[in-house]
Amino acid sequence: MEPSVSIRDLRISYGALDVMRDLQLDIQPGEFLVLLGPSGCGKSTLLNAIAGLIDVSDGEVWISGKNVTWAEPKDRGIGMVFQSYALYPQMSVERNLSFGLRVSGHPKDDIAKRVARAAEILQIEPLLKRKPSHLSGGQRQRVAIGRALVRDAQVYLFDEPLSNLDAKLRVDLRVEIKRLHQRLENTMVYVTHDQIEALTLADRIAVMQGGAIQQLDDPLTIYNRPKNLFVAGFIGSPAMNFFHGALVEAGGGLAFKGQGLEVPVDGYETSGPLAAGQKVILGVRPEHVPFAEAAAGRPGAVEGRVELEEPMGADSLVWLALGEGQMSVRCSSGKRYHPGDRVPLAFDMTRASLFDADGQHRL
Amino acid sequence: MKPLRLRNLTPQVALIPTWAIVIFAYIGTIVWTIRISFTNSGILPRYDFVGWKQYDRLFHSQRWSISVENLAIFGVLFIVGCLVLGFLLAVFLDQRIKGESWFRTIFLYPYAMSFIVTGLVWAWIMNPTLGIQRAVENWGWTSFTFNWLSRGDRAIYLLVIAGVWQAAGLVMAILLAGLRGVDEDIWKAARVDGIPAWRVYLSIVIPMLSSMFVTAIVLLAIAVVKLYDLVVAMTGGGPGISTEVPAKFVIDYLFNRQNIALATAAASVMFVAVLVVLGPWLYSQYFRKGRGAQ
Amino acid sequence: MSHQENARGPKPKRLTSSRIGIYAFLVIAAAFFLLPFYVMVVTSLKGMPEILKGNIFALPEKPTFEPWVIAWAKACTGVNCDGIRVGVINSFKIMIPSTFVSILLGAINGYALSFWRPKGGNVIFAILLLGAFIPYQVYLYPLVRMLSQVGLYNTLPGIIAVHTIFGLPVMTLLFRNYYVAVPIDLFKAARVDGGGFWTIFFRLMIPMSGPILVVAAILQVTGIWNDFLFGLIFAGRDNLPMTVELNNIVNTTTGTKAYDVNMAATILTAMVPLIVYFVSGRWFVRGIAAGAVKG
Repeated sequence: MEPSVSIRDLRISYGALDVMRDLQLDIQPGEFLVLLGPSGCGKSTLLNAIAGLIDVSDGEVWISGKNVTWAEPKDRGIGMVFQSYALYPQMSVERNLSFGLRVSGHPKDDIAKRVARAAEILQIEPLLKRKPSHLSGGQRQRVAIGRALVRDAQVYLFDEPLSNLDAKLRVDLRVEIKRLHQRLENTMVYVTHDQIEALTLADRIAVMQGGAIQQLDDPLTIYNRPKNLFVAGFIGSPAMNFFHGALVEAGGGLAFKGQGLEVPVDGYETSGPLAAGQKVILGVRPEHVPFAEAAAGRPGAVEGRVELEEPMGADSLVWLALGEGQMSVRCSSGKRYHPGDRVPLAFDMTRASLFDADGQHRL
Repeated sequence: MKPLRLRNLTPQVALIPTWAIVIFAYIGTIVWTIRISFTNSGILPRYDFVGWKQYDRLFHSQRWSISVENLAIFGVLFIVGCLVLGFLLAVFLDQRIKGESWFRTIFLYPYAMSFIVTGLVWAWIMNPTLGIQRAVENWGWTSFTFNWLSRGDRAIYLLVIAGVWQAAGLVMAILLAGLRGVDEDIWKAARVDGIPAWRVYLSIVIPMLSSMFVTAIVLLAIAVVKLYDLVVAMTGGGPGISTEVPAKFVIDYLFNRQNIALATAAASVMFVAVLVVLGPWLYSQYFRKGRGAQ
Repeated sequence: MSHQENARGPKPKRLTSSRIGIYAFLVIAAAFFLLPFYVMVVTSLKGMPEILKGNIFALPEKPTFEPWVIAWAKACTGVNCDGIRVGVINSFKIMIPSTFVSILLGAINGYALSFWRPKGGNVIFAILLLGAFIPYQVYLYPLVRMLSQVGLYNTLPGIIAVHTIFGLPVMTLLFRNYYVAVPIDLFKAARVDGGGFWTIFFRLMIPMSGPILVVAAILQVTGIWNDFLFGLIFAGRDNLPMTVELNNIVNTTTGTKAYDVNMAATILTAMVPLIVYFVSGRWFVRGIAAGAVKG
């Protein structure tokens, strides 16, 4: 199948500085792709390049089988939603939705139909006569989405659309965007720095850093099998625990040894050969650590000393001193722990990650 | 309790000079001026009471009606001229221009100078015998005439040109700041919507800058009402009395023609007119918002 | 253009006609704005014989600084032929103290109004604001009478007082707006630390008022230097500022007009505010924005 959006050999530079080079990305029709990364990673730049709002320095942008590298944004068959809503402040909601179509000379009844449909989908019919200044943040963002919808585009682009909203609205609108995608089945490209948004919305996530895509996979793979140390550390909250050390021969198998720990790596699903003597980084998510009773009887169980506990309602986060290091463990048993308590814990290697010493590759 | 009260007295003490200025120099003078306008005073003030006599004289004075008419012509053309030129300059400067700061400096420097300087320079350029007219004649276009400075029906328009030259940069500076404050996403959204740039300015940006336009209009309007220096330097009110303006009327009758009753009547009319126009705007600008902001 | 199969890399840049139009407009506008300055300079460097030939836009054939010397030291205003240098000195004598006093008073007002909120503060502020918009003609005659009563009419202190009075609205507004934006917690912390009205003002507020002091100084220096009306009425014959002297020199009705000298004197008069403008650059624009009620 022909990709809906295709980025080929993309390079973007400001003066002598390349902010992005040789970037390749194919987005399938109907796919919800999230560009995720910290600020300055290039995700918004990439989205703007797709939209045609910035000039590319090299490479091509294809949308729906057409080369649109030189095309104006309006001719690319896209709709776009912005972080700051970017509604036209002096126009009513209805005019905001219809302005672009009016200017391009669409027939009146067609405009009315499209506006009515978008208003119905987003449930903003009662707001049509109001000015943006009389709307709440959530309503404004609905209108902004509506303005993208009336364009009947093949591809919708979202540039951090929820970042200006408070936490509760953000969850509500997130669900709504997901519903919208299920209903419209259009291609959507969505930029965010919020990993929860990314994990909940995406068919695939492209984790970006330094102008390059670090990993492009479905959310679960990204979460469970991060390709490198950056992705592993960026995804997941609280963050993954890391231990630096090396692989050693132990009891007929291999074991991780470092920072006062020695843990057998049996059961680790490796993607290449592991060898004793190799320097590695071991990563374990706080929620993947068998703890207390769950750890009892497991091979390689060790004992940690509780330093502090952060109750978080549904579960709690326990910070432990372990060997020469420290780690956090998510514990959902409801039991309280106190500083100084000694608790057994184990390493579940089927869900752990091993990286090479410079963190570039998963082993 | 006592030391606290003493301390809170200090701000009041610190404001005493301001209170004195407000009471004497602002309120007192206005009341006094209005009082004199109802007298028969000539060179020296007298405190009789002759009702609306001076106002009656004023409104029957040809010189006053010419002054008011000139103020209206100058006011409208000057404000419109400054807004249009200032807005165009601001928009063109906003197009990622090379040498933008040079252009900006050039467009605004007249505003730093005195109206006297502006008036004298333009009077020289427009000089009917040695100015533009003669220069163009010397270039070979011998039938060219441009003697507006000596024509009673045209001289007022030269004041407008000089005024616009001086103040258009002000409008440019205000509006350029406004344009730079427009959310970049608005421009991106308009590009995605396929709206041509001129249409974005017209339908989206100008409405967004309405408060800046109002500020600019108020600033220009103040300059219009206070218009005096420019006339003195450029035309002296002439030819004849064809470029007289109200502010000059008041000064002339106060200090040269020694008719302070008529002068104060004219000043009072100016005062009331400004109050009626500006009062509501000032209230909405500083007090409604001001309270909310605090 | 919208869809090209082999498009790659940056969109080819074309110097479009709209682009050319933009620059053409800007260049023509710049010429219009520069023209008077150019005419001033070339006229001031020509001799009268050359001026009488009538090419106002031509460069001087034999540049001479004679007009500048005459304008500075010998030009006549009525019976006095001391040139414009007297006016320069007077303008400085008026401008420096007026600027200082009006800024100090404006800063105190702004500080008191925004932090201490004394009784009647809003009334003062309202009247000052309104006062800034009202034509000066309403105040002039009674003010003349008041100043003569206390013996200040036609004196240097008198004209300084007048500039202070009419500079107060803008200065107060400027500092009030600046101090309103200062976190009130800072003021509260200073109060808790035992600071009084003047201690907080001089030790805390003034040191953090650098930018607004610069803006205020630019506004007042240019404004007072460019003033004509107050100088004419209140300064008295011995203290006439440069603008008044200049107008007297140029618009003296006796004798033949010396346009070269006039333009030299005009440039000299414009010099101080222009220097302030070119040196201050963006600060000048900030002053325009901040003192939006400048009259």
